Amino acid sequence: MSLVEDPPAGAPDIVDADEVRRARARRIERIGKWLLPVAVLVVMIFLWDRIVVWNAIPHYILPGPGAVFETLIEDRAMLFSALLVTLQITMLALAAAVLGGVGLAILFNQSRWFEMSFYPYAVILQVTPVVAIAPLIMIYVDNRIAALVLCAWLVAFFPILANTTLGLHSADHNLRDLFRIYGATRWQRLRYLQIPSALPYFLAGLRIAGGLSLIGAVVAEFVAGTGGMGSGLAFRILEAGYRLNIARMFAALLLVAGTGVIIFAGLSFLSHMLLRKWHESALKRDR
Amino acid sequence: MPQTTTQQPDSRAWILRMEGVDKTFGGTVHALSGMSLQVNQGDFISLLGPSGCGKSTALRLIADLLHPTRGRITWSGDHDVGDLGVVFQEPTLMPWATVAQNVWMPLRLRGKSYHAVRDDVLEALRLVGLEKFQTAYPRELSGGMKMRVSIARSMVTHPRLILMDEPFAALDEITRFRLNNDLLALKQKIGCTVIFVTHSVFESVFLSDRIVVMAARPGRVIRELAVDEPYPRDESFRTSPEYAAHCREASAALHAAMDQAA
Ligand SMILES: Nc1ncnc2c1ncn2[C@@H]1O[C@H](COP(=O)(O)OP(=O)(O)OP(=O)(O)O)[C@@H](O)[C@H]1O
Ligand SMILES: [Mg+2]
Repeated sequence: MSLVEDPPAGAPDIVDADEVRRARARRIERIGKWLLPVAVLVVMIFLWDRIVVWNAIPHYILPGPGAVFETLIEDRAMLFSALLVTLQITMLALAAAVLGGVGLAILFNQSRWFEMSFYPYAVILQVTPVVAIAPLIMIYVDNRIAALVLCAWLVAFFPILANTTLGLHSADHNLRDLFRIYGATRWQRLRYLQIPSALPYFLAGLRIAGGLSLIGAVVAEFVAGTGGMGSGLAFRILEAGYRLNIARMFAALLLVAGTGVIIFAGLSFLSHMLLRKWHESALKRDR
Repeated sequence: MPQTTTQQPDSRAWILRMEGVDKTFGGTVHALSGMSLQVNQGDFISLLGPSGCGKSTALRLIADLLHPTRGRITWSGDHDVGDLGVVFQEPTLMPWATVAQNVWMPLRLRGKSYHAVRDDVLEALRLVGLEKFQTAYPRELSGGMKMRVSIARSMVTHPRLILMDEPFAALDEITRFRLNNDLLALKQKIGCTVIFVTHSVFESVFLSDRIVVMAARPGRVIRELAVDEPYPRDESFRTSPEYAAHCREASAALHAAMDQAA
């Protein structure tokens, strides 16, 4: 019982034309992935700037990139405190979506009765546009932050619920049988089999939910519309719009978009770290 | 090896009996009809038969994953979780767990901490020649190595009976031959009792001391052949005239089974 196949080979030593071509393709891909979008960005900003200058477009119609950047610096105190508010709502909503989505998914999975009774309502919540429900929520929920979080949660929780539910059901059938043969309890099966099986599905849902909770937060702020203390980026955009401060609108928009990108990148990284040891989606493949 | 039974030291004591077991699905599919089988301590029984003759169904009945429509399945003495090991056609490993964690799983489900059973886990891995790979993840292993992990997992509880459902069917022939040899060596070493499902006449003759030939529609046993060749058997057995004779006999029985089904 000592003969064992060799472990999977590492990088091959022998280099042939194919290998060289593949290595070059990999290098180009690695650099291109960053370089090309940055190049596009630079070109776009340059064109934007030129169009504004050449056509002498007034700043209250379309400010140049320089003006937007100046506004971002000048109004940074106000914009960043607004960003913090939006970010707070987003994060609270995302956390609630994780708790609610995963919790409901586990309940659905553990009780078929519960699932049959409540799944349709989860779907109804999902398909009703949040802008249609938000005004009602604003009326009935006194605490403004809580109302906003609730709106954003409504948008974000469903992908987590749906994906996690699917994941909990997707455990390998033979493994399920094996757990049964070994007399696993419900809890053991959930903990050692179903939750790990569901992890990739949950993480895919989480990435979607991250973006959606930001969208939910911004939409809810638009609907809420009231200003004053503790108003977020969406309100600042509205307000700047009323005052024809287009540059500030762009600056706030930039912050919203940047936040979305950072949330997505952060969650993708988290997903990669959690799955990199075993899941197909996180494995490197030669193309 | 701790045995939770009251059996005598007699090595041929029976462990499991199937008596007139029927299994019908949906009232119309007679997956198994009137199957009787006695499994004795130390047996290596092959279930050989065409596709759909109820081999997997028989194993699932024994594993208590299905309940017989008629008939009885009895274990001698107390029967307890962990008395049974199972190997499926696919390795069926948990991809998120290392090799050692996979082998630990049956013990973990019985509430054993890894620390407490580390030696058993490593011993099982050593028996299948994979002790160096305990921290590897399944995806890093070849098909044959994964199957070995699966076999190690099935043995880690020192089961009274191991069920194997076409465990090597998906492997290439070289790997398959090697695993056949290794499985016999293993059986010799730990004296396990095995029911082994296969489509291959050669595999069944090489491995087993009893071959149960089955036919389909309805799934049933049509013959039982004895392979009275002593263990240990090695590569030279494959070229011996006795081996060829047993293969001819089993092959004829299998063809008879297929004719009956058609
Ligand atoms: N859960 C089920 N519901 C309905 N029919 C089933 C079920 N399981 C098995 N059968 C039927 O029972 C018969 C025997 O199936 P079984 O899987 O035991 O055959 P097998 O001998 O293992 O075949 P193979 O060699 O292809 O694995 C088949 O006709 C199959 O379609
Ligand atoms: Mg089968």
